[in-house]
Amino acid sequence: MTLSTSALGGLLQRHQNDPSRLVQILREVQDANGVISPRDVTELAQALGLPRARVEGVAGFYSFLSTVPRGQYRVLFSDNITDQLQGSHALRDSLCHAFEVHLDELSRDGLVSIGATSCTGLGDQGPALLVNGRAIGRLDPGRIGVIAALIRGRTPLDRWPKELFAVTDTIHRADLLLASRLEPGEAIDAAIVRGAQGTIEEVKQSRLRGRGGAGFSTATKWEACRVTPGPERFVVCNADEGEPGTFKDRVLLRQFADLVVEGMTVCAWAVGAQKGFIYLRGEYLFLLDHLEAVLQRRREAGLLGHHLRDQETFDFDVEVHLGAGAYVCGEESALIESLEGKRGIPRNRPPYPVTHGYKQKPTVVNNVETLAAAALIARHGAAWFTAKGTATSAGTKIHSVSGDVARPGLYELPWGTTIAELLELAGAKNTQAVQVGGPSGVCLASDGFKRRFGFEDVPTAGAFMVFDSSRAMVEVAENFARFFAHESCGFCTPCRVGTTLMHRALQRIVAGHGTKRDLKELKYVAQLLKVASHCGLGTTAGNPVLDTLERFRPSYQRRIRSFDVLPSFDLDQALAPAREITGRDDPEAHFEEDAP
Amino acid sequence: MTAPAKSAKKLKVATASLAGCFGCHMSLLDIDERLFDLLELVELDRSPLTDLKHCGPCDLGLLEGGLCNAENVHVLREFRRQCKTLVAVGACAITGGLPAQRNSLDVRECLQTVYLTGPSTTHARIPNDPELPLPLDRVHPLHDVVRIDYFLPGCPPSADAFWELITALIAGRTPALGHDRLRYD
Amino acid sequence: MTHGTFELDGREVPFSPGQTILQAALAASVYIPHLCYHPEFKPHGSCKVCTVKVNGRPMSSCTTPAQEGQQVESNTPEINEARRTLVQFLFVEGNHFCPSCEQSGRCTLQATGYALGMTNPQFNPLFPNRPVDASHPDILLDFNRCILCELCVRASGEVDGKSVFALSGRGITKHLIVNAESGKLGDTELSVGDKAVEVCPVGVILRKRKGFDEPIGRRRYDIAAIDEFAAAAPKGGTP
Repeated sequence: MTLSTSALGGLLQRHQNDPSRLVQILREVQDANGVISPRDVTELAQALGLPRARVEGVAGFYSFLSTVPRGQYRVLFSDNITDQLQGSHALRDSLCHAFEVHLDELSRDGLVSIGATSCTGLGDQGPALLVNGRAIGRLDPGRIGVIAALIRGRTPLDRWPKELFAVTDTIHRADLLLASRLEPGEAIDAAIVRGAQGTIEEVKQSRLRGRGGAGFSTATKWEACRVTPGPERFVVCNADEGEPGTFKDRVLLRQFADLVVEGMTVCAWAVGAQKGFIYLRGEYLFLLDHLEAVLQRRREAGLLGHHLRDQETFDFDVEVHLGAGAYVCGEESALIESLEGKRGIPRNRPPYPVTHGYKQKPTVVNNVETLAAAALIARHGAAWFTAKGTATSAGTKIHSVSGDVARPGLYELPWGTTIAELLELAGAKNTQAVQVGGPSGVCLASDGFKRRFGFEDVPTAGAFMVFDSSRAMVEVAENFARFFAHESCGFCTPCRVGTTLMHRALQRIVAGHGTKRDLKELKYVAQLLKVASHCGLGTTAGNPVLDTLERFRPSYQRRIRSFDVLPSFDLDQALAPAREITGRDDPEAHFEEDAP
Repeated sequence: MTAPAKSAKKLKVATASLAGCFGCHMSLLDIDERLFDLLELVELDRSPLTDLKHCGPCDLGLLEGGLCNAENVHVLREFRRQCKTLVAVGACAITGGLPAQRNSLDVRECLQTVYLTGPSTTHARIPNDPELPLPLDRVHPLHDVVRIDYFLPGCPPSADAFWELITALIAGRTPALGHDRLRYD
Repeated sequence: MTHGTFELDGREVPFSPGQTILQAALAASVYIPHLCYHPEFKPHGSCKVCTVKVNGRPMSSCTTPAQEGQQVESNTPEINEARRTLVQFLFVEGNHFCPSCEQSGRCTLQATGYALGMTNPQFNPLFPNRPVDASHPDILLDFNRCILCELCVRASGEVDGKSVFALSGRGITKHLIVNAESGKLGDTELSVGDKAVEVCPVGVILRKRKGFDEPIGRRRYDIAAIDEFAAAAPKGGTP
């Protein structure tokens, strides 16, 4: 189970023995071998000139990398709430049953292991799973049966029916971005005509704000990077679309990849960057070949490379880096750490990436959608953009709609549209709640449906998950708590421990043995995370709990068993091992009446 | 520190050691001559000092030791039912303490090693008499199972810490453990 | 060289260029509870126990640069309650059984718990399974007590030049690892005089045959509380 020295050598050579490419290297070792063995770690460390423990630490950080053997087929079920509500847990259990394995356990013959992973970005066609990193959507018992048979027959993945891996892009409403038709190079040419400063000025006039959630002014970011002295600058496209329930970047990267790279190139021109990265989440492995092809075509068309558009000083090229399963890498400084081949831990700020980013050089990190919009602004001008939207939120926003709706998919709408309008468009009936912006966003009840999308009212990074009146919102909160506990990087105490404590309390409540004290503890911990955490993951991790406790309290209270403290564990079950070894089953060997 | 003024009615107090070593009880006795003051103020119900087997309605319960078996849980629940105020006394009651250091081991293997494969075993068999309480898979602190009103840390808590706790509760104020009395060991 | 002053709980605290709020406070003999900060290492702000409010906003005082005129709140019931909860988080996250720990009485985590008036862990303990590593002839590793402050990681990398320690895993499964294919400390270059051994604030990295060498009553925090050490420290603060 160790890669041969020569195979490892070839792999390292392709990466120029560059330690900053460690995550990419580890991904490839994992793909080649299904595991990163202790020996691999030692050899990699030696070749890269890194302490062994640091390589092991990186391998241990990302959930798609594994230092212990997984199945020859590693199946990871997408565990977003939308998957769960479509029955993913039953499908997962049936596959486990088929191979007689428990969750996260390796089958005795080493053939298969089955586990869970955070949202895979197929919310419009779930439930979904990844098998050896490749996405399969629209799961149902029939497809699970097909998958089980293929695994049992040890069919290599590339001989599985293509249809299984089909991912469809459904655009229900297109506007500025999704209806655009830009010839490659048009925006770059327009930017060159305006000049670098003029381009930033145009973006400033457009009032474009980051689409990744924080809503920071794009022009301000670009300007700050541009004015920071230094010989090298970088542009990073944040395609680590990890927020559960969002999939608009997936569609943009497949249908509008040229537009996105065009936006990166415009940015590079404006800020004076020579190198760009697309940080593509590992779940979107199926987009890699397409993106590489687009980049190659653009190189051949003279849109990437040296002296672009005959400009002496305009050199720019783009490289795709794959993530390896870590939501926190969507945070821009954690993303940069990952790009540098490290554990994805958010940095202390200031300094910000615009002055001290990739390899401590000035770096712009922009969301996929932001870059697409920037390209169009460069081409069509600020006024074209600001004609849509509101005073504080110019332009449009792409929403990824999933959950209890008739028509899941993408909806591009001007900022200022109401929640109710989108619900209507998507064909939502009996809507109880909407999670806007994903778990880190906001959960709205019907009294909030008249509110408007916008940085001034309901900001959003694009996820829009709908729950009808049949859903128990406490279960939604439990799913989100599980997500944050799984994705916490563990750097700071409040998030590392608090997300797990919140999840445990919610598990107790959902299982029907929660107490009023659990509710109190949940609220207290959620609020502590808000004030004490190191980064946005921790400060927002309590949002679903606080929102649902405020707006859907009866959903919790219905499951509460006691106002007093109950055992935090199953007392009768705690005697089971002793019963087994002593062979006792008398009444004294049980806690019958008050098992929680 | 002086004892609070006598009240008309003595407070009923119960004490017990669960998965503990009675060290906390010994430390309570270390209040020495203040025991006389204390006995003017309280009347003992269930306690190793009275040898009463069950606890009647009490104002105050002091429990030492963690929860390592079914009987510990039954006693804890009896105390919780009968005592208006329940105090977890000592490191074991508060954290599981020394007994909880078996928590990383499988309780089945513990019993096998002790009764079957250990070097000093003869007539090897694991006892299965229904009179014997079964061990829990893991040792827990008291607050994992019932509501606890106050915690008196220490291994054991010092006599002065006990005195502060008891006199404060009798006087109706929240016990305050300064740096000299707050200890986890 | 004094650069200016800020206000900490109503008291003027001077600071020099580059100092963070915590560094300036400790230099002025004002105690702000902290665990992952050590005066000899670059602050990284992970434990969050040193959280203060700067002009009303919660910040880590160890990483926030001191600035002229800042209004800093530290010793307030609200902030101390949050700190106490964070210390309780650390207690329930690991297996902290003080009575059997050689570091008891000189442990920063324990002393910080005392300083914050913590009488119990409040939350349900997680009881993780973390085996000890006794493979090294002179040093014992007891991961049960690790608070993930990374001081040993920093010391071994920056001072000892050995990078014996690193972190792996993430979230609640984050854990300390050592620089050996066997995973055993005995196969690393760690030696007993290393800074990494000295710097551990809790009972993880222990010198063998040294346990309980100071009698109870004469240990560091038996003699004085941790905040009293800070108040008495000339400059730079408590390790």
